[in-house]
Amino acid sequence: MGSRASSLLREEDIEEIKKQTGFSHSQITRLYSRFHSLDKGENGALSREDFQRIPELAINPLGDRIINAFFPEGEDQVNFRGFMRTLAHFRPVEDNEKNKDPTSGEPLNSRTNKLFFAFQLYDLDRDDKISRDELLQVLRMMVGVNISDEQLGSIADRTIQEADTNGDMCISFSEFTKVMPGKAIDITADLQNGA
Amino acid sequence: MESYLFPFDSLICMLLGISFTVLFTLLLVFIIVPAIFGVSFGIRRLYMKSLIKLFEVSELMLSIISEEVWIIAKEPVSLEQEIQDMRRGGAEPEFDMSDIFYFCRRGVESIVDDEVTKRFTAEELESWNLLTRSNYNFHHISTRLTALWGVGVLIRYGFLLPLRVTLAFTGVGLLVVLTSIVGLFPNGRMKNYLSDKVHLMCYRICVRALTAIITYHDSENKPKNGGICVANHTSPIDVIILASDGCYAMVGQVHGGLMGVIQRAMVKACPHIWFERSEVKDRHLVAKRLSDHIADKSKLPILIFPEGTCINNTSVMMFKKGSFEIGCRVYPVAIKYDPRFGDAFWNSSKFGMVNYLLRMMSSWAIVCSVWYLPPMSRMEGEDAVQFANRVKAAIARKGGLADLLWDGGLKRGKVKEVFKEEQQKLYSKVLVGSSEDCSRS
Repeated sequence: MGSRASSLLREEDIEEIKKQTGFSHSQITRLYSRFHSLDKGENGALSREDFQRIPELAINPLGDRIINAFFPEGEDQVNFRGFMRTLAHFRPVEDNEKNKDPTSGEPLNSRTNKLFFAFQLYDLDRDDKISRDELLQVLRMMVGVNISDEQLGSIADRTIQEADTNGDMCISFSEFTKVMPGKAIDITADLQNGA
Repeated sequence: MESYLFPFDSLICMLLGISFTVLFTLLLVFIIVPAIFGVSFGIRRLYMKSLIKLFEVSELMLSIISEEVWIIAKEPVSLEQEIQDMRRGGAEPEFDMSDIFYFCRRGVESIVDDEVTKRFTAEELESWNLLTRSNYNFHHISTRLTALWGVGVLIRYGFLLPLRVTLAFTGVGLLVVLTSIVGLFPNGRMKNYLSDKVHLMCYRICVRALTAIITYHDSENKPKNGGICVANHTSPIDVIILASDGCYAMVGQVHGGLMGVIQRAMVKACPHIWFERSEVKDRHLVAKRLSDHIADKSKLPILIFPEGTCINNTSVMMFKKGSFEIGCRVYPVAIKYDPRFGDAFWNSSKFGMVNYLLRMMSSWAIVCSVWYLPPMSRMEGEDAVQFANRVKAAIARKGGLADLLWDGGLKRGKVKEVFKEEQQKLYSKVLVGSSEDCSRS
């Protein structure tokens, strides 16, 4: 199974993905192998069910939101490119700019892009604002049945109060970036290269 | 003019046919007779040593680019600890928007690599063993290596496979016939003795049919009557490997077809435990039949694979507690295959039984080690699940396998919601602090 997988990925594709995402050659082939092993239908794309087959992801309270982040708006399948683009957000932030392609703008694993990824986990309807309802829904996912509605509501209100600077009772992306501690962003950087 | 050639043709064909048949029969006799008496000429071990040399040679020929080691920094830190570390420093139990990063990271880590799904596919090798099926990312294969591979294909498919298939048919055929004959004897010591001998002989022939080279360790701990033998499960071949060194009572579902014929014949010679499909669901019935069998000391030890499904021999997954509730001595056995010679794992979602057996018979060999561990019994105050986990840990340790808590049933089924609820509960504690009583625990 493995040999067929690596032969379907052409060198040009690997080069392009390398430029776009910054992953190394061997990381890309490794992840392609992983992509292929998750793709039970063998149609070159992953569906939501393919992700849910991973037990450790299925028991993650935010599992569904994370899976959703891989799928573009309204689509049910993600191909390898899309898969890599999303994973690229979790590469370590690079201080030197050697991978930066001037035409493509910021690299996918920049601080801003990482924060935007997290922002989208909260922003369920993708209207670039986190409303009280959306915050409540995500909170409910994380705590299950263990906290009452009133308590959860007050937690949500407090959070919005702290973050909201322009008084619209929603959290915009810029307000979001201000309340995020610097340490949190570094913690997303967990896909590393070893020697 | 053609008529002159015909007699020659047929004569040559006849001579070739006869010599081939004679050679083949001699070979079979040479292999089967030692099997009957349980002796070995050591040919298989010689074969294994030459294969190892072959792999070393091919490894030199194969230019392997040293791959970057993939690291996911995964330290086993608790949920609370990690979230505290992430926050700005205020230690009050409260929500912080960055908490989402914890779940995010865990989620992405499991997408990139998780402990469970990789146990249900064949183990990857570090170096190529000249089988196309185990060629993963080995590029840059030189012509010499391809030639070597070609020779390997000829040997394996042209010589070994037909030989093995013939042996397999002989072994199974003899098993059915001889056990039926033994079944005609009256119950007693003579019958048990004959049944043991017959079973052992036929399993030994099957072992040779797979060119299985097995090393048994600690045979003084071999299972005795009135106990249950538990082992980790990688493939149906596990049964043949264990049963060629000792006599066991098998447990299983009644099948139709050839399997059914074999099952019915076996049970004539000595008592095995076959369940109807409908009976399998009834746990009390299953437990009762097992305990009845064990209570009778004249009956053979029962062989059970508590994982319930085939795992790829890199780990041991959750043991089902049924066999550990019975309350008798448990004899753990660890089986570890050497994947260089042939991958024994049966990926039942990819290959059917016949396909699997053909793959087995066209590999180089099946090399494995069997460790008989000292018997264990349930201790005071230990429940069946804890006992099962203790046995599992012992087997994993001895065989050098990873000890996982995950259920082998995840191969096909979904994970239970209760695990997600545990995660949610843990996080809720972080939010509101464990002093406040807000949930039933």
